[in-house]
Amino acid sequence: MSGAAGRGARTEAIHCLDVLCPMHAIVDATGHIVHAGPTLEKLGARAGAAVTGERFLELFELRRPKPVDSMHGLCALAGVKLHLALRRPPRTEVKGILVPVDDCAGVAPPGGAVINLSFGISIIEAVRDFGLTGTDFAATDLAVEMLFLVEAKAAVTEELRRLNRRLEEARSAAEQQALTDTLTGLWNRRAMEPVLARLSAEKRGAALMQIDLDGFKAVNDTFGHAAGDHLLREVAARLTAATRQCDTVTRTGGDEFVLILPGVTDPGQVSRLAGRLVAEIERPLHFDGGTLAVSASIGISIAPPGAAFDPERMVQEADTALYAVKNVGRRGHLIYTPDLGRIGASPARAARR
Amino acid sequence: MHGLINRAIEEFARGTYGDEFWQEVVQRCDLGVDHFEAMMSYEPQLTGRVLEGLAAALDTPRAELLEDIGTFLVSSGTGAIRRLLRFSGLDFVDFLHALDDLPARARLAVPELDMPHLRLDLHTPCDFALTVCSPFASELRFGHVMIGLLRAMADDYGALVYLDYKGGRGATEMIAIRLLETAFAEGRAFDLGASA
Repeated sequence: MSGAAGRGARTEAIHCLDVLCPMHAIVDATGHIVHAGPTLEKLGARAGAAVTGERFLELFELRRPKPVDSMHGLCALAGVKLHLALRRPPRTEVKGILVPVDDCAGVAPPGGAVINLSFGISIIEAVRDFGLTGTDFAATDLAVEMLFLVEAKAAVTEELRRLNRRLEEARSAAEQQALTDTLTGLWNRRAMEPVLARLSAEKRGAALMQIDLDGFKAVNDTFGHAAGDHLLREVAARLTAATRQCDTVTRTGGDEFVLILPGVTDPGQVSRLAGRLVAEIERPLHFDGGTLAVSASIGISIAPPGAAFDPERMVQEADTALYAVKNVGRRGHLIYTPDLGRIGASPARAARR
Repeated sequence: MHGLINRAIEEFARGTYGDEFWQEVVQRCDLGVDHFEAMMSYEPQLTGRVLEGLAAALDTPRAELLEDIGTFLVSSGTGAIRRLLRFSGLDFVDFLHALDDLPARARLAVPELDMPHLRLDLHTPCDFALTVCSPFASELRFGHVMIGLLRAMADDYGALVYLDYKGGRGATEMIAIRLLETAFAEGRAFDLGASA
Protein backbone atom coordinates (compact mmCIF):
# COMPACT_ATOMS: atom_id res chain seq x y z
CA MET A 1 0.00 0.00 0.00
CA SER A 2 2.65 2.53 -0.99
CA GLY A 3 0.03 5.09 -1.94
CA ALA A 4 -1.65 4.91 1.43
CA ALA A 5 0.90 7.15 3.09
CA GLY A 6 -0.08 10.00 0.82
CA ARG A 7 -3.76 9.75 1.59
CA GLY A 8 -5.42 11.63 4.32
CA ALA A 9 -6.09 9.76 7.55
CA ARG A 10 -9.81 9.61 6.79
CA THR A 11 -9.26 8.21 3.30
CA GLU A 12 -6.94 5.64 4.73
CA ALA A 13 -9.39 4.62 7.42
CA ILE A 14 -12.21 4.34 4.90
CA HIS A 15 -10.06 2.27 2.57
CA CYS A 16 -9.29 0.02 5.52
CA LEU A 17 -13.02 -0.42 6.20
CA ASP A 18 -13.77 -1.06 2.51
CA VAL A 19 -11.28 -3.94 2.42
CA LEU A 20 -12.04 -5.47 5.82
CA CYS A 21 -15.80 -4.90 5.88
CA PRO A 22 -17.09 -4.41 2.34
CA MET A 23 -20.65 -4.29 3.64
CA HIS A 24 -20.29 -1.42 6.11
CA ALA A 25 -22.09 1.90 6.18
CA ILE A 26 -20.86 5.11 7.79
CA VAL A 27 -23.74 7.22 9.02
CA ASP A 28 -23.84 10.76 10.34
CA ALA A 29 -25.66 12.16 13.40
CA THR A 30 -28.94 12.35 11.47
CA GLY A 31 -28.68 8.72 10.39
CA HIS A 32 -27.81 9.45 6.76
CA ILE A 33 -25.27 7.25 5.02
CA VAL A 34 -22.18 9.25 4.15
CA HIS A 35 -20.18 6.30 2.84
CA ALA A 36 -20.92 2.65 2.01
CA GLY A 37 -18.58 -0.27 1.42
CA PRO A 38 -18.42 -1.56 -2.17
CA THR A 39 -20.64 -4.61 -1.56
CA LEU A 40 -23.31 -2.54 0.16
CA GLU A 41 -23.20 -0.12 -2.79
CA LYS A 42 -23.70 -3.09 -5.10
CA LEU A 43 -26.70 -4.27 -3.06
CA GLY A 44 -28.27 -0.84 -3.29
CA ALA A 45 -27.62 -0.58 -7.02
CA ARG A 46 -29.20 -4.02 -7.65
CA ALA A 47 -32.20 -3.13 -5.47
CA GLY A 48 -32.56 0.17 -7.30
CA ALA A 49 -31.83 2.32 -4.28
CA ALA A 50 -29.28 5.02 -3.70
CA VAL A 51 -27.14 4.11 -0.72
CA THR A 52 -24.92 7.10 -0.06
CA GLY A 53 -27.09 10.02 0.98
CA GLU A 54 -29.98 7.79 1.99
CA ARG A 55 -31.17 7.49 5.58
CA PHE A 56 -29.97 4.13 6.90
CA LEU A 57 -33.36 3.33 8.40
CA GLU A 58 -35.09 4.18 5.11
CA LEU A 59 -32.91 1.58 3.41
CA PHE A 60 -33.11 -1.05 6.12
CA GLU A 61 -35.88 -1.93 8.51
CA LEU A 62 -34.69 -2.87 11.99
CA ARG A 63 -36.64 -5.92 13.15
CA ARG A 64 -34.76 -7.07 16.22
CA PRO A 65 -34.03 -6.59 19.03
CA LYS A 66 -36.75 -3.93 18.52
CA PRO A 67 -37.93 -1.62 15.75
CA VAL A 68 -36.56 1.93 16.03
CA ASP A 69 -37.09 4.89 13.76
CA SER A 70 -34.45 7.37 14.82
CA MET A 71 -30.68 7.60 14.83
CA HIS A 72 -30.92 8.13 18.55
CA GLY A 73 -32.76 4.82 19.00
CA LEU A 74 -30.31 3.08 16.70
CA CYS A 75 -27.28 4.32 18.59
CA ALA A 76 -28.80 3.03 21.81
CA LEU A 77 -28.39 -0.46 20.36
CA ALA A 78 -24.64 -0.07 19.90
CA GLY A 79 -22.80 -3.38 20.24
CA VAL A 80 -26.00 -5.43 20.02
CA LYS A 81 -26.63 -7.87 17.17
CA LEU A 82 -29.14 -6.24 14.84
CA HIS A 83 -31.60 -8.14 12.64
CA LEU A 84 -32.32 -5.98 9.64
CA ALA A 85 -34.08 -6.37 6.31
CA LEU A 86 -33.81 -4.43 3.10
CA ARG A 87 -37.00 -2.40 2.74
CA ARG A 88 -37.10 -2.93 -1.03
CA PRO A 89 -37.43 -6.26 -2.77
CA PRO A 90 -35.94 -8.80 -2.46
CA ARG A 91 -36.18 -7.71 1.21
CA THR A 92 -33.01 -9.58 2.03
CA GLU A 93 -32.41 -10.13 5.73
CA VAL A 94 -29.04 -9.13 7.10
CA LYS A 95 -27.28 -9.11 10.42
CA GLY A 96 -25.58 -5.97 11.63
CA ILE A 97 -23.65 -4.34 14.41
CA LEU A 98 -23.27 -0.66 15.15
CA VAL A 99 -20.26 1.11 16.64
CA PRO A 100 -20.68 4.79 17.53
CA VAL A 101 -17.73 6.76 16.13
CA ASP A 102 -17.53 10.21 17.45
CA ASP A 103 -14.11 11.20 16.34
CA CYS A 104 -12.00 8.39 15.04
CA ALA A 105 -9.68 9.72 12.36
CA GLY A 106 -12.67 11.66 11.14
CA VAL A 107 -14.23 8.50 9.70
CA ALA A 108 -17.71 9.56 10.68
CA PRO A 109 -18.99 13.04 11.48
CA PRO A 110 -19.53 13.80 15.19
CA GLY A 111 -22.47 11.82 16.55
CA GLY A 112 -22.17 9.30 13.70
CA ALA A 113 -21.53 5.58 13.63
CA VAL A 114 -20.17 2.68 11.60
CA ILE A 115 -22.59 -0.17 10.94
CA ASN A 116 -21.20 -3.42 9.57
CA LEU A 117 -23.54 -5.85 7.85
CA SER A 118 -23.42 -9.50 6.90
CA PHE A 119 -25.84 -11.91 5.26
CA GLY A 120 -25.98 -14.67 7.80
CA ILE A 121 -28.10 -17.55 6.65
CA SER A 122 -29.70 -15.57 3.82
CA ILE A 123 -26.41 -15.73 1.94
CA ILE A 124 -27.55 -18.39 -0.55
CA GLU A 125 -30.40 -16.24 -1.86
CA ALA A 126 -28.40 -13.04 -1.53
CA VAL A 127 -25.59 -14.28 -3.76
CA ARG A 128 -28.13 -15.14 -6.42
CA ASP A 129 -30.29 -12.03 -6.00
CA PHE A 130 -27.38 -9.60 -6.11
CA GLY A 131 -25.06 -11.46 -8.45
CA LEU A 132 -22.28 -11.44 -5.86
CA THR A 133 -18.87 -12.89 -6.63
CA GLY A 134 -15.90 -13.96 -4.52
CA THR A 135 -14.46 -10.43 -4.65
CA ASP A 136 -17.57 -9.01 -2.97
CA PHE A 137 -16.59 -10.66 0.28
CA ALA A 138 -13.64 -9.92 2.51
CA ALA A 139 -10.85 -12.41 1.81
CA THR A 140 -11.18 -13.66 5.38
CA ASP A 141 -14.95 -14.08 5.14
CA LEU A 142 -16.16 -17.69 5.23
CA ALA A 143 -19.06 -16.86 2.90
CA VAL A 144 -17.56 -18.61 -0.12
CA GLU A 145 -16.67 -21.67 1.95
CA MET A 146 -20.25 -21.73 3.14
CA LEU A 147 -21.50 -21.64 -0.44
CA PHE A 148 -19.07 -24.41 -1.37
CA LEU A 149 -20.34 -26.51 1.49
CA VAL A 150 -23.99 -25.97 0.60
CA GLU A 151 -23.38 -26.95 -3.00
CA ALA A 152 -21.19 -29.94 -2.14
CA LYS A 153 -23.70 -31.21 0.40
CA ALA A 154 -26.52 -30.80 -2.09
CA ALA A 155 -24.57 -32.89 -4.62
CA VAL A 156 -23.86 -35.57 -2.04
CA THR A 157 -27.45 -35.64 -0.83
CA GLU A 158 -28.72 -35.95 -4.39
CA GLU A 159 -26.32 -38.85 -5.00
CA LEU A 160 -27.48 -40.56 -1.80
CA ARG A 161 -31.08 -40.05 -2.80
CA ARG A 162 -30.40 -41.76 -6.13
CA LEU A 163 -28.53 -44.57 -4.40
CA ASN A 164 -31.46 -45.07 -2.04
CA ARG A 165 -33.86 -45.29 -4.94
CA ARG A 166 -31.69 -47.85 -6.74
CA LEU A 167 -31.34 -49.92 -3.57
CA GLU A 168 -35.08 -49.79 -3.01
CA GLU A 169 -35.70 -50.95 -6.57
CA ALA A 170 -33.18 -53.74 -6.17
CA ARG A 171 -34.77 -54.78 -2.88
CA SER A 172 -38.26 -54.98 -4.28
CA ALA A 173 -36.98 -56.83 -7.36
CA ALA A 174 -35.19 -59.32 -5.12
CA GLU A 175 -38.35 -59.76 -3.07
CA GLN A 176 -40.34 -60.38 -6.24
CA GLN A 177 -37.88 -63.03 -7.30
CA ALA A 178 -37.48 -64.60 -3.89
CA LEU A 179 -39.07 -68.01 -3.55
CA THR A 180 -38.94 -68.40 0.19
CA ASP A 181 -41.24 -67.17 2.89
CA THR A 182 -39.16 -65.14 5.31
CA LEU A 183 -41.23 -65.98 8.39
CA THR A 184 -41.21 -69.78 8.18
CA GLY A 185 -38.38 -70.47 5.75
CA LEU A 186 -40.81 -72.56 3.69
CA TRP A 187 -41.20 -72.07 -0.05
CA ASN A 188 -43.69 -69.37 -1.00
CA ARG A 189 -46.47 -69.24 -3.61
CA ARG A 190 -44.07 -68.29 -6.39
CA ALA A 191 -42.09 -71.48 -5.80
CA MET A 192 -45.14 -73.67 -6.52
CA GLU A 193 -45.34 -72.90 -10.20
CA PRO A 194 -42.03 -74.44 -11.33
CA VAL A 195 -42.57 -77.50 -9.10
CA LEU A 196 -46.03 -78.19 -10.52
CA ALA A 197 -44.80 -77.61 -14.07
CA ARG A 198 -42.02 -80.15 -13.55
CA LEU A 199 -44.33 -82.76 -11.98
CA SER A 200 -46.82 -82.34 -14.81
CA ALA A 201 -44.06 -82.95 -17.32
CA GLU A 202 -42.91 -86.06 -15.42
CA LYS A 203 -46.45 -87.56 -15.64
CA ARG A 204 -45.99 -89.55 -12.43
CA GLY A 205 -49.09 -88.08 -10.90
CA ALA A 206 -49.19 -86.05 -7.67
CA ALA A 207 -51.38 -84.89 -4.84
CA LEU A 208 -51.86 -81.28 -3.85
CA MET A 209 -53.12 -80.29 -0.42
CA GLN A 210 -54.48 -76.86 0.47
CA ILE A 211 -54.22 -76.48 4.22
CA ASP A 212 -56.03 -73.72 6.04
CA LEU A 213 -55.57 -73.26 9.78
CA ASP A 214 -58.80 -73.05 11.76
CA GLY A 215 -58.80 -70.74 14.74
CA PHE A 216 -55.59 -68.94 13.83
CA LYS A 217 -57.19 -65.51 13.97
CA ALA A 218 -58.36 -66.20 17.52
CA VAL A 219 -54.77 -67.05 18.53
CA ASN A 220 -53.54 -63.83 16.96
CA ASP A 221 -56.27 -61.78 18.60
CA THR A 222 -55.88 -63.37 22.02
CA PHE A 223 -52.13 -63.85 22.31
CA GLY A 224 -50.78 -61.27 19.85
CA HIS A 225 -48.81 -61.40 16.65
CA ALA A 226 -45.64 -62.79 18.21
CA ALA A 227 -47.64 -65.84 19.32
CA GLY A 228 -49.21 -66.08 15.86
CA ASP A 229 -45.81 -65.98 14.21
CA HIS A 230 -44.48 -68.58 16.60
CA LEU A 231 -47.42 -70.83 15.82
CA LEU A 232 -46.91 -70.48 12.07
CA ARG A 233 -43.26 -71.41 12.42
CA GLU A 234 -44.18 -74.43 14.52
CA VAL A 235 -46.84 -75.57 12.03
CA ALA A 236 -44.26 -75.20 9.25
CA ALA A 237 -41.83 -77.38 11.19
CA ARG A 238 -44.48 -80.03 11.90
CA LEU A 239 -45.59 -80.14 8.25
CA THR A 240 -41.99 -80.49 7.14
CA ALA A 241 -41.35 -83.27 9.67
CA ALA A 242 -44.49 -85.17 8.66
CA THR A 243 -43.68 -85.15 4.95
CA ARG A 244 -40.96 -86.61 2.76
CA GLN A 245 -37.84 -84.86 1.54
CA CYS A 246 -39.20 -84.86 -2.02
CA ASP A 247 -42.47 -83.17 -1.00
CA THR A 248 -42.80 -79.41 -1.36
CA VAL A 249 -44.15 -77.52 1.64
CA THR A 250 -45.14 -73.92 0.93
CA ARG A 251 -46.77 -71.16 2.86
CA THR A 252 -49.00 -69.38 0.39
CA GLY A 253 -50.67 -66.81 2.59
CA GLY A 254 -51.24 -65.72 6.19
CA ASP A 255 -52.39 -69.08 7.59
CA GLU A 256 -52.50 -71.06 4.35
CA PHE A 257 -50.13 -73.81 3.38
CA VAL A 258 -49.86 -75.95 0.28
CA LEU A 259 -48.25 -79.38 0.13
CA ILE A 260 -47.23 -80.92 -3.17
CA LEU A 261 -46.65 -84.66 -2.99
CA PRO A 262 -45.05 -86.16 -6.11
CA GLY A 263 -46.16 -89.70 -7.06
CA VAL A 264 -48.84 -89.89 -4.34
CA THR A 265 -52.07 -90.78 -6.14
CA ASP A 266 -53.82 -93.36 -3.93
CA PRO A 267 -56.80 -91.67 -2.24
CA GLY A 268 -56.51 -93.90 0.81
CA GLN A 269 -52.85 -93.04 1.31
CA VAL A 270 -53.54 -89.33 0.83
CA SER A 271 -56.45 -89.46 3.30
CA ARG A 272 -54.31 -91.11 5.96
CA LEU A 273 -51.60 -88.51 5.53
CA ALA A 274 -54.15 -85.68 5.68
CA GLY A 275 -55.60 -87.09 8.89
CA ARG A 276 -52.11 -87.29 10.37
CA LEU A 277 -51.37 -83.69 9.39
CA VAL A 278 -54.57 -82.40 11.01
CA ALA A 279 -53.63 -84.29 14.19
CA GLU A 280 -50.12 -82.85 14.11
CA ILE A 281 -51.43 -79.31 13.67
CA GLU A 282 -53.94 -79.79 16.50
CA ARG A 283 -51.23 -80.78 18.98
CA PRO A 284 -51.33 -77.84 21.50
CA LEU A 285 -48.39 -75.53 21.61
CA HIS A 286 -47.17 -73.73 24.71
CA PHE A 287 -46.06 -70.18 24.29
CA ASP A 288 -45.26 -67.55 26.88
CA GLY A 289 -47.38 -69.20 29.55
CA GLY A 290 -50.38 -69.74 27.25
CA THR A 291 -51.57 -72.68 25.19
CA LEU A 292 -52.07 -72.09 21.52
CA ALA A 293 -54.50 -74.46 19.83
CA VAL A 294 -55.62 -74.50 16.23
CA SER A 295 -56.99 -77.06 13.87
CA ALA A 296 -56.89 -77.36 10.11
CA SER A 297 -59.06 -77.90 7.04
CA ILE A 298 -57.46 -79.63 4.09
CA GLY A 299 -58.66 -79.71 0.50
CA ILE A 300 -56.97 -82.25 -1.73
CA SER A 301 -56.71 -82.76 -5.46
CA ILE A 302 -55.06 -85.75 -7.08
CA ALA A 303 -53.54 -85.86 -10.57
CA PRO A 304 -53.52 -89.46 -11.79
CA PRO A 305 -50.28 -90.96 -13.11
CA GLY A 306 -49.60 -91.37 -16.81
CA ALA A 307 -50.74 -87.92 -17.91
CA ALA A 308 -49.77 -84.31 -17.65
CA PHE A 309 -52.05 -82.07 -15.59
CA ASP A 310 -53.04 -78.43 -15.56
CA PRO A 311 -51.38 -76.94 -12.42
CA GLU A 312 -53.85 -74.10 -12.22
CA ARG A 313 -56.79 -76.45 -12.36
CA MET A 314 -55.22 -78.64 -9.70
CA VAL A 315 -54.92 -75.72 -7.34
CA GLN A 316 -58.53 -74.74 -8.05
CA GLU A 317 -59.78 -78.26 -7.37
CA ALA A 318 -57.96 -78.41 -4.05
CA ASP A 319 -59.48 -75.04 -3.26
CA THR A 320 -62.96 -76.29 -4.04
CA ALA A 321 -62.42 -79.30 -1.78
CA LEU A 322 -61.11 -77.00 0.98
CA TYR A 323 -64.23 -74.85 0.84
CA ALA A 324 -66.37 -77.93 1.00
CA VAL A 325 -64.58 -78.87 4.24
CA LYS A 326 -65.13 -75.36 5.60
CA ASN A 327 -68.82 -75.60 4.69
CA VAL A 328 -69.33 -78.59 6.95
CA GLY A 329 -67.79 -76.87 9.92
CA ARG A 330 -64.04 -77.12 9.33
CA ARG A 331 -61.53 -79.59 10.87
CA GLY A 332 -61.00 -82.41 8.46
CA HIS A 333 -60.11 -83.12 4.90
CA LEU A 334 -61.75 -83.87 1.59
CA ILE A 335 -60.53 -85.10 -1.76
CA TYR A 336 -61.89 -83.24 -4.75
CA THR A 337 -64.54 -84.90 -6.91
CA PRO A 338 -66.32 -83.18 -9.79
CA ASP A 339 -69.67 -83.09 -7.93
CA LEU A 340 -68.04 -80.83 -5.27
CA GLY A 341 -68.02 -78.11 -7.86
CA ARG A 342 -71.81 -77.90 -7.65
CA ILE A 343 -73.28 -75.68 -4.99
CA GLY A 344 -74.27 -77.48 -1.86
CA ALA A 345 -72.87 -80.79 -3.08
CA SER A 346 -72.50 -83.64 -0.58
CA PRO A 347 -70.81 -81.86 2.29
CA ALA A 348 -71.42 -84.93 4.41
CA ARG A 349 -68.58 -86.65 2.67
CA ALA A 350 -65.98 -84.53 4.38
CA ALA A 351 -64.05 -86.90 6.57
CA ARG A 352 -64.36 -85.90 10.21
CA ARG A 353 -61.91 -87.02 12.73
CA MET B 1 -11.33 -46.77 -2.19
CA HIS B 2 -14.22 -44.38 -2.20
CA GLY B 3 -16.85 -45.14 -4.83
CA LEU B 4 -16.65 -41.54 -6.07
CA ILE B 5 -13.23 -42.20 -7.55
CA ASN B 6 -14.28 -45.45 -9.24
CA ARG B 7 -17.46 -43.84 -10.41
CA ALA B 8 -15.52 -40.94 -11.93
CA ILE B 9 -13.40 -43.43 -13.88
CA GLU B 10 -16.54 -45.24 -15.02
CA GLU B 11 -18.19 -42.02 -16.14
CA PHE B 12 -15.06 -41.03 -17.99
CA ALA B 13 -15.09 -44.36 -19.86
CA ARG B 14 -18.81 -44.28 -20.60
CA GLY B 15 -18.85 -40.59 -21.48
CA THR B 16 -15.82 -40.70 -23.75
CA TYR B 17 -16.04 -44.16 -25.33
CA GLY B 18 -19.62 -45.27 -24.79
CA ASP B 19 -21.50 -47.79 -22.66
CA GLU B 20 -20.55 -50.77 -24.81
CA PHE B 21 -16.88 -50.01 -24.39
CA TRP B 22 -17.38 -49.86 -20.62
CA GLN B 23 -19.12 -53.24 -20.60
CA GLU B 24 -16.17 -54.70 -22.53
CA VAL B 25 -13.76 -53.34 -19.95
CA VAL B 26 -15.92 -54.71 -17.13
CA GLN B 27 -15.79 -58.17 -18.67
CA ARG B 28 -12.12 -57.95 -19.49
CA CYS B 29 -11.21 -57.00 -15.91
CA ASP B 30 -13.65 -59.50 -14.41
CA LEU B 31 -14.86 -56.77 -12.03
CA GLY B 32 -17.84 -58.61 -10.64
CA VAL B 33 -19.88 -55.39 -10.81
CA ASP B 34 -20.90 -53.55 -13.93
CA HIS B 35 -21.22 -50.17 -12.32
CA PHE B 36 -19.84 -48.36 -9.31
CA GLU B 37 -21.92 -46.64 -6.68
CA ALA B 38 -20.53 -43.20 -5.84
CA MET B 39 -21.49 -43.46 -2.18
CA MET B 40 -20.08 -46.88 -1.42
CA SER B 41 -16.58 -48.16 -0.73
CA TYR B 42 -14.56 -50.59 -2.81
CA GLU B 43 -11.27 -52.42 -2.48
CA PRO B 44 -8.41 -50.23 -3.77
CA GLN B 45 -7.17 -53.08 -6.01
CA LEU B 46 -10.41 -52.80 -7.96
CA THR B 47 -9.45 -49.28 -9.04
CA GLY B 48 -6.06 -50.53 -10.20
CA ARG B 49 -7.71 -53.30 -12.21
CA VAL B 50 -10.13 -50.92 -13.90
CA LEU B 51 -7.34 -48.52 -14.85
CA GLU B 52 -5.26 -51.41 -16.16
CA GLY B 53 -8.21 -52.73 -18.18
CA LEU B 54 -8.96 -49.29 -19.60
CA ALA B 55 -5.36 -48.64 -20.60
CA ALA B 56 -5.19 -52.07 -22.27
CA ALA B 57 -8.52 -51.64 -24.08
CA LEU B 58 -7.47 -48.21 -25.35
CA ASP B 59 -3.86 -49.23 -25.97
CA THR B 60 -2.82 -46.06 -24.13
CA PRO B 61 -0.12 -45.58 -21.50
CA ARG B 62 -1.57 -45.24 -18.00
CA ALA B 63 -0.14 -41.70 -17.65
CA GLU B 64 -2.05 -40.48 -20.67
CA LEU B 65 -5.22 -42.20 -19.50
CA LEU B 66 -4.99 -40.59 -16.05
CA GLU B 67 -4.43 -37.18 -17.59
CA ASP B 68 -7.55 -37.60 -19.73
CA ILE B 69 -9.51 -38.57 -16.65
CA GLY B 70 -8.30 -35.43 -14.86
CA THR B 71 -9.42 -33.26 -17.77
CA PHE B 72 -12.73 -35.09 -17.99
CA LEU B 73 -13.43 -34.43 -14.29
CA VAL B 74 -13.40 -30.68 -14.88
CA SER B 75 -14.70 -30.27 -18.39
CA SER B 76 -17.44 -32.88 -18.68
CA GLY B 77 -20.43 -34.29 -16.96
CA THR B 78 -22.65 -32.04 -14.94
CA GLY B 79 -19.89 -29.53 -14.30
CA ALA B 80 -20.41 -30.04 -10.58
CA ILE B 81 -16.73 -30.78 -9.94
CA ARG B 82 -15.63 -27.75 -11.95
CA ARG B 83 -17.97 -25.59 -9.90
CA LEU B 84 -16.78 -27.02 -6.60
CA LEU B 85 -13.17 -26.47 -7.64
CA ARG B 86 -13.89 -22.89 -8.68
CA PHE B 87 -14.98 -22.11 -5.12
CA SER B 88 -11.31 -22.52 -4.17
CA GLY B 89 -10.00 -19.41 -5.82
CA LEU B 90 -10.84 -16.14 -7.54
CA ASP B 91 -8.20 -16.66 -10.22
CA PHE B 92 -5.83 -19.44 -11.22
CA VAL B 93 -3.02 -18.33 -8.89
CA ASP B 94 -5.50 -18.07 -6.04
CA PHE B 95 -6.67 -21.55 -7.01
CA LEU B 96 -3.08 -22.89 -6.95
CA HIS B 97 -2.53 -21.42 -3.50
CA ALA B 98 -5.67 -23.17 -2.30
CA LEU B 99 -4.56 -26.60 -3.56
CA ASP B 100 -3.12 -27.50 -0.14
CA ASP B 101 -6.64 -27.18 1.23
CA LEU B 102 -8.24 -29.27 -1.49
CA PRO B 103 -8.26 -32.63 0.38
CA ALA B 104 -9.75 -30.97 3.48
CA ARG B 105 -12.29 -29.19 1.29
CA ALA B 106 -13.25 -32.51 -0.29
CA ARG B 107 -13.57 -34.16 3.12
CA LEU B 108 -15.86 -31.35 4.21
CA ALA B 109 -18.28 -32.63 1.59
CA VAL B 110 -17.53 -36.35 1.77
CA PRO B 111 -15.80 -37.23 5.05
CA GLU B 112 -14.62 -40.69 3.96
CA LEU B 113 -12.98 -39.51 0.75
CA ASP B 114 -9.25 -40.28 0.66
CA MET B 115 -7.61 -37.75 -1.62
CA PRO B 116 -3.97 -37.40 -2.58
CA HIS B 117 -2.10 -35.11 -0.23
CA LEU B 118 -1.10 -31.92 -2.07
CA ARG B 119 1.64 -29.40 -1.31
CA LEU B 120 2.43 -26.34 -3.38
CA ASP B 121 5.89 -24.76 -3.27
CA LEU B 122 6.54 -21.38 -4.79
CA HIS B 123 9.90 -20.99 -6.56
CA THR B 124 9.36 -17.70 -8.34
CA PRO B 125 6.04 -15.82 -8.68
CA CYS B 126 5.50 -17.78 -11.90
CA ASP B 127 7.10 -21.09 -11.00
CA PHE B 128 5.45 -23.60 -8.70
CA ALA B 129 6.15 -27.16 -7.73
CA LEU B 130 3.22 -29.37 -6.72
CA THR B 131 3.92 -32.47 -4.68
CA VAL B 132 1.21 -35.11 -4.96
CA CYS B 133 1.28 -37.89 -2.42
CA SER B 134 -1.06 -40.83 -2.91
CA PRO B 135 -2.84 -42.19 0.16
CA PHE B 136 -2.74 -45.61 -1.51
CA ALA B 137 0.11 -47.87 -2.47
CA SER B 138 2.72 -46.55 -4.91
CA GLU B 139 1.09 -48.43 -7.81
CA LEU B 140 -2.01 -46.25 -7.45
CA ARG B 141 -0.83 -42.70 -7.98
CA PHE B 142 -2.78 -39.73 -9.23
CA GLY B 143 -0.13 -37.20 -10.31
CA HIS B 144 -1.19 -37.41 -13.93
CA VAL B 145 -4.83 -36.91 -12.95
CA MET B 146 -3.73 -33.67 -11.29
CA ILE B 147 -1.97 -32.59 -14.51
CA GLY B 148 -5.13 -33.12 -16.54
CA LEU B 149 -7.22 -31.41 -13.88
CA LEU B 150 -4.85 -28.41 -13.58
CA ARG B 151 -4.71 -28.00 -17.34
CA ALA B 152 -8.50 -27.93 -17.56
CA MET B 153 -8.81 -25.55 -14.59
CA ALA B 154 -6.21 -23.18 -16.12
CA ASP B 155 -8.35 -23.21 -19.24
CA ASP B 156 -11.43 -22.51 -17.15
CA TYR B 157 -9.79 -19.48 -15.51
CA GLY B 158 -8.35 -18.31 -18.84
CA ALA B 159 -4.73 -18.75 -17.70
CA LEU B 160 -1.91 -20.10 -19.84
CA VAL B 161 0.29 -22.61 -18.03
CA TYR B 162 3.01 -25.08 -18.80
CA LEU B 163 2.81 -28.30 -16.80
CA ASP B 164 5.61 -30.80 -16.54
CA TYR B 165 5.59 -34.18 -14.81
CA LYS B 166 8.88 -34.41 -12.94
CA GLY B 167 8.60 -38.05 -11.97
CA GLY B 168 7.78 -39.88 -8.79
CA ARG B 169 9.22 -41.95 -6.03
CA GLY B 170 7.11 -44.31 -3.99
CA ALA B 171 3.71 -42.77 -3.47
CA THR B 172 5.03 -39.23 -4.09
CA GLU B 173 5.10 -37.41 -7.42
CA MET B 174 6.19 -33.94 -8.49
CA ILE B 175 4.66 -31.59 -11.01
CA ALA B 176 6.25 -28.36 -12.21
CA ILE B 177 3.80 -25.55 -12.95
CA ARG B 178 4.92 -22.51 -14.92
CA LEU B 179 2.50 -19.66 -15.23
CA LEU B 180 2.94 -18.06 -18.65
CA GLU B 181 -0.01 -15.69 -18.53
CA THR B 182 -2.75 -15.28 -15.94
CA ALA B 183 -5.23 -13.65 -18.28
CA PHE B 184 -4.41 -15.29 -21.59
CA ALA B 185 -8.00 -15.80 -22.58
CA GLU B 186 -11.42 -14.98 -21.26
CA GLY B 187 -12.09 -17.61 -18.61
CA ARG B 188 -15.41 -19.31 -18.23
CA ALA B 189 -17.84 -17.37 -16.11
CA PHE B 190 -18.38 -18.57 -12.58
CA ASP B 191 -21.59 -17.62 -10.84
CA LEU B 192 -21.34 -18.26 -7.11
CA GLY B 193 -25.05 -18.82 -6.73
CA ALA B 194 -25.80 -20.62 -9.99
CA SER B 195 -27.06 -23.87 -8.60
CA ALA B 196 -27.72 -22.91 -5.01
